[in-house]
Amino acid sequence: MADRVPPNPLRAAECPALEVRGLSLRYKDVQALEAVTATVPAGSMTAIIGPNGAGKSTLLKSVLGLVQAEGEVRAFGGPVAQAMARIAYVPQRAAVDWAFPVRVIDVVLMGCYRQTGLLGRIDAQVMAQAQSALARVGLQDFARRQIGALSGGQQQRVFLARALAQGADLFLLDEPFAGVDAATESAIIGVLKSLRASGATILAVHHDLTTVASYFDRVLLLNRRSIAEGPVAQTFTRAALEKAYGPALFPDPAIRSAS
Amino acid sequence: MDEFLILSLPPMLIAALAAIACALPGNFLLLSRRAMLGDALSHVVLPGIVVAFLLTGSGSGVVMGAGALAAAGLSALFIEEITRRTGMEPGAAMAVVFTTMFALGVVLLETTGTSGVHLDVEHALYGNLESLIWLGAPPPELLRLTLIAAGLALALRLVWRPLVLATFDPVFAQTQGVPVGLVRAGLTGATALAAVAAFQAVGSILTIAMLICPAAAARLLTQSLPAQLAASLGFAVTAALGGYVLAGYAPLWLGLPFTLSAAGMIATLCGLMLAAAALIASHRARAAL
Repeated sequence: MADRVPPNPLRAAECPALEVRGLSLRYKDVQALEAVTATVPAGSMTAIIGPNGAGKSTLLKSVLGLVQAEGEVRAFGGPVAQAMARIAYVPQRAAVDWAFPVRVIDVVLMGCYRQTGLLGRIDAQVMAQAQSALARVGLQDFARRQIGALSGGQQQRVFLARALAQGADLFLLDEPFAGVDAATESAIIGVLKSLRASGATILAVHHDLTTVASYFDRVLLLNRRSIAEGPVAQTFTRAALEKAYGPALFPDPAIRSAS
Repeated sequence: MDEFLILSLPPMLIAALAAIACALPGNFLLLSRRAMLGDALSHVVLPGIVVAFLLTGSGSGVVMGAGALAAAGLSALFIEEITRRTGMEPGAAMAVVFTTMFALGVVLLETTGTSGVHLDVEHALYGNLESLIWLGAPPPELLRLTLIAAGLALALRLVWRPLVLATFDPVFAQTQGVPVGLVRAGLTGATALAAVAAFQAVGSILTIAMLICPAAAARLLTQSLPAQLAASLGFAVTAALGGYVLAGYAPLWLGLPFTLSAAGMIATLCGLMLAAAALIASHRARAAL
């Protein structure tokens, strides 16, 4: 978990957590990503923002190798495939069937699959790891509950707990705040900030432009191509937003003051 | 009693084993919303058997089983390819492939003159459970189904964790290093194996019922996956044994001078169980409100 020592701390500190160079992807006749280039420094918390269809979710999936894209992706200075154990992915909540007959703790234990493997026993240590991940998102009393009995916000927190149980240090989240209430949103952001404080790196697809500055320290503006990236103060500007979203965007006062 | 051991026990055991072999992959087909695949695979068995017979001239169970498995595998590949290339809904792709393959089997049967010789359409549809009696030695189907049911149960135990993970959340499973494509193909293969084995004993109509009904009824009544699996096996065995007994003896008890098709009665019981489960589940849901 948070106190896990990376395999090579010195090298890990030097290398960005994630480096994307010239990533391109075509779906039939749609260019989903075009030469996307981005660098996610270790220990940063980055929002991927951009209009619908900008390729934000696709970027996460191609980084993870879930869809085949052209270009180079490196995690912690090496190929992503070798760093997969250190990368936790939190998919969109709608990606699974929540009527599936499993309990909350079963879903969280799925994050420990690399430890337990095919036949390994779920011992006290693995169980404790899953329980503490669940406690971290405030769902310790829901372990034996059916996942179908959860609210949308609780489901999202279960997904986050599953990623926590994995003990990763790079977290890729696909719209973690989509359709959740304010209490869940603040619980999730609290967990993400504490992860960053313990040295983890966060990269999240984010939609609410009003909370970008308070939640994240870096942004990646995406519209099939990478429009701009960098610290929020320099990059999250009206000019860059208009470039990403088009001139029809009317930013609210919070954003205007940032530019 | 001897008559029971020779005439009734072997077919009852075969029906129960076929039901178990089918219910095991059936649970996961249902959860991955591929229930239709069972329907598809149990139909495409027909052209496989006909072609195997035409090629070898042999009507042995092993040759026909191999032909049926090959046809099932080929159809699974067609279905995957059509789904992948056209983006067609998997259910539609399955419907197209299995009806075409089944029709091909019927045409082959009619044009090659095999229909009157060794292959019997009626047996293909309804099975020949009643003829699987103990003639000095156990019928070969008994040993075959025992091996297949035991093999499937063992395989399920081995891949339980990745299978559940890949069924619930295939995308996340991939990030955990689970070979999702392989797991999926394995489930298709297990379904084909169960369908072919059960088909030889109990025919194509019953195979579909055995693949899906016990699992669907159990799904409605249970909360956890192990409980669902256990309940589905219980339903499967109950339907197999109960259906056989009802078909063979119920008319006699009523003083009627005939027996009914065991396969038909087993499938009917499967359907009645599903209906009862649906009633209970909807009653519970209303009570919970």
